[in-house]
Amino acid sequence: MTLVKTKIGRRAFIRNTGLASGGLVLGFNWLASCKMTPEQVNSLPKEWFDLNGFLKVGDNGLVTIMSPNPEIGQNVKTAMPMIIAEELDVAWKDVIVEQAPLNTDIFTRQLAGGSQSIRQGWESLRMAGATAKHMLKEAAAAAWQVPVAEITVKEGMLMHEGSGKSAGFGEMASAASKLEVPEEVELKDNNSFSIIGTDRKNVDGPKIVTGQPLFGLDVYKEGMLTAMIVHPPAFGMKFKSMNADSVKSMPGIKDVFHFEAYAEDTERQWSDGGAIPELVAIVGNSTWECMQAKKALQVEWEEDSKLESSSYHDEALAALLEKAPEQPARKDGDVEAAFRKAAKIVESTYTAPYLAHNTMEPMNFFAHVTPEKAELLGPIQTPEFLEKTLASRLGMPLEKIDIMMTRQGGGFGRRLYGTFGVEAAVISQKMNAPIKLVYTREDDMTQGTYRPAYKVKYKAGLDENGNLIAWHVRGAGTNDDLVFEDRFPAGAVDNYLAEKHALPTNVTTGAWRAPRSNFIAGAEQAFMDEVAEASGKDPIEFRLELFDRAINNPVGDPQKNDYDPARYAGVLKLVKEKSNWNGSGNGKARGVSAYYCHNSYVAQVLDLEDGGGDMPRVEKIWCAVDCGIVVNPLSAKNQVEGGMVDGIGHSTYSAMTFNDGVPNQSNFDRYRLIRNSEAPKAVETFFVDNGIDPTGLGEPSLPPVVGALANALYKAKGRRYYNQPFINDKPPLVG
Amino acid sequence: MANFTLNINGKKQEVDVDPSTPVLWVLRDHLNLVGTKYGCGIAQCGACTIHVDGNATRSCMLTVSSVGNQEITTIEGLSENGDHPVQKAWLEVDVPQCGYCQAGQIMSAAALLEKNPNPTDEEIEMAMNGNICRCGTYLRIRKAVKMAANS
Repeated sequence: MTLVKTKIGRRAFIRNTGLASGGLVLGFNWLASCKMTPEQVNSLPKEWFDLNGFLKVGDNGLVTIMSPNPEIGQNVKTAMPMIIAEELDVAWKDVIVEQAPLNTDIFTRQLAGGSQSIRQGWESLRMAGATAKHMLKEAAAAAWQVPVAEITVKEGMLMHEGSGKSAGFGEMASAASKLEVPEEVELKDNNSFSIIGTDRKNVDGPKIVTGQPLFGLDVYKEGMLTAMIVHPPAFGMKFKSMNADSVKSMPGIKDVFHFEAYAEDTERQWSDGGAIPELVAIVGNSTWECMQAKKALQVEWEEDSKLESSSYHDEALAALLEKAPEQPARKDGDVEAAFRKAAKIVESTYTAPYLAHNTMEPMNFFAHVTPEKAELLGPIQTPEFLEKTLASRLGMPLEKIDIMMTRQGGGFGRRLYGTFGVEAAVISQKMNAPIKLVYTREDDMTQGTYRPAYKVKYKAGLDENGNLIAWHVRGAGTNDDLVFEDRFPAGAVDNYLAEKHALPTNVTTGAWRAPRSNFIAGAEQAFMDEVAEASGKDPIEFRLELFDRAINNPVGDPQKNDYDPARYAGVLKLVKEKSNWNGSGNGKARGVSAYYCHNSYVAQVLDLEDGGGDMPRVEKIWCAVDCGIVVNPLSAKNQVEGGMVDGIGHSTYSAMTFNDGVPNQSNFDRYRLIRNSEAPKAVETFFVDNGIDPTGLGEPSLPPVVGALANALYKAKGRRYYNQPFINDKPPLVG
Repeated sequence: MANFTLNINGKKQEVDVDPSTPVLWVLRDHLNLVGTKYGCGIAQCGACTIHVDGNATRSCMLTVSSVGNQEITTIEGLSENGDHPVQKAWLEVDVPQCGYCQAGQIMSAAALLEKNPNPTDEEIEMAMNGNICRCGTYLRIRKAVKMAANS
């Protein structure tokens, strides 16, 4: 066991009786208990005892564990409580999971983003379980008059061998809840885990498959009105005027008005990035009535900045690739000199369009704002930032604003930008009524906050022995400068130059699952394949040689290199073995790729089906992952598979384009997403078992798969795929 | 506004709504049956799939006035206790990630198996192609459909 000070997240262990009562904020009973079996329902305790903000123990031994972070499909609502339950030593069947509300006094970093929930929660979640267990042991020791060190715990039972005494958690819960939270606790050794590392099903599974209310759009409350917004039809336009009178008299419509979601003096957080300050609101009794009014409403808009088209973005990004920025992002050695003496030079440019997030559940939020308080409920990845913006916009102190998270129908970064929560609150305040703001799919897809459009140009030099002696990357993106200068192959090449540009545009952009990595990984790994081919070496051996260089004799300050070359090489070697790279794959259209992002390492080998039309189907992917300890392998594999389907789907089929500022795609008839028969036929995932503290898993499998696909397509079709979506990347016409 | 008597999950339900209202919004806004989801409103994503006389149907473009006496089944009425073979397989395989599209997926799968109890891989993919899963759980969806078929 390891003795640790409970200093991290210390304030988390100050007991909060508000939390224990379950009478939280809004008290929607459908949000309360998630993983209840019929037996649990029949045996709910008469009283709950709060041991720390994270958990409470019932007098019958059932334990309610709060899951602090937003659940967007990454399955933290199962995984985070598993970590607490592990250290508490309670049987998983006796655990009920609840979504915690925003509570910055107890929880740290209640945010879903960057694949960081498990990594950053690891220590505090374990301490939450361990401190509670210690208090229960202390209570038993006092009751039995024996030393606390002699008490053992297993699956919710406290035992003292010497006296033969034993008791369930429930019997000691009341006494334990009166004790001080210990300042030091013992954590388990990794090899004694019995919950962490085992397959546990999604705690919301039974509710999901029976259609019970879980999501933001499922919120219906007494007296609640439905609200919709109308935003400008083009980026670069703003509200001018409207004639709302005829629409106000439509059936079920309560009001139609122009409003400022953000006032000039509103203190904005980074999460307000995609805000459209001026909007039109339509408020009515039902969704369909609001949709009808929305169609009928005539609004006049006016131009207030340039109306950009995709052709402009393309040309402006291409022009940036021809220009050196004032300062390089990183420079090792002298690439120009190396290129002059190189035996071979390879040069290629890769591109990708804007993408929409397209969570299946469109943006929405419930708000009830009165002069006394603001109650908000809905799907948000950044509740803490939403609360701050609301405080400024509504002119209310933080303690009068309560935010509760629902389960969220996808995130992918879109719900980091909670402007819809602000809009909902302002509309509720104006109507003096509880409202649920609902975006239509068209509102959702044309609002902005897109994955930026990118272009990147690579140039590599090889000596006469096929060794990589120079690497130059120059990247550009809309509102985003794309290049991670300290990632591989930085540190593995003597002469290295990384340069980057951002093209300012009025088409709003934001983080999209594995920001930047979602494009640059595929480009870099496709280019690496071209360079390996030019060197005459096997693509895996070529990469492993570079990792050897970074391990044994790194270029520049090794602390600056943002990756561990040994772990990187580890996943590549594992996937090489599992895919039988040197054996049965011969003759298949097969590609390899490896990437590091969000603190985790992923390598993939991807086989395409023989034959096929324009776009051969993926037959199989072997995927090796090093994310340290895997908390819940069943769901971890789901994340890895989903990330790869996502990467293949978007790089093959999806694009968001613009004509004079107007998005050309507004629904799934013109915006193509991958479908069942286009997803890989088979996937096998392998985790590196190294006992290292866990790192992220929601994003890392997506970026490299784009490279593996591009490299396999080259084998299948005999030409390189440079421009996403690949389905539109046709060879130039001859003649 | 007009009165409609609908046959939903074996029960007669009366609603007073505009005749152009899609069944999706009748279920969600008026009958408190929120398991059927809104995804696109143009019958492209499948999140709103219900059964109309046993056929998988997109409820977002099905007007309430066109339903008549046909039997509507929603995810809430697929089984008494959430124990339809497709629901059981979905739990066993642990299909959902965010979970939002899954009611529609399950309704499509249940309708398929009702008509074709032993579908081939290709038949499963074709039947499920109208349902988008943005999280990419397609491999597990196929596995669960097969498991349900074999049960």
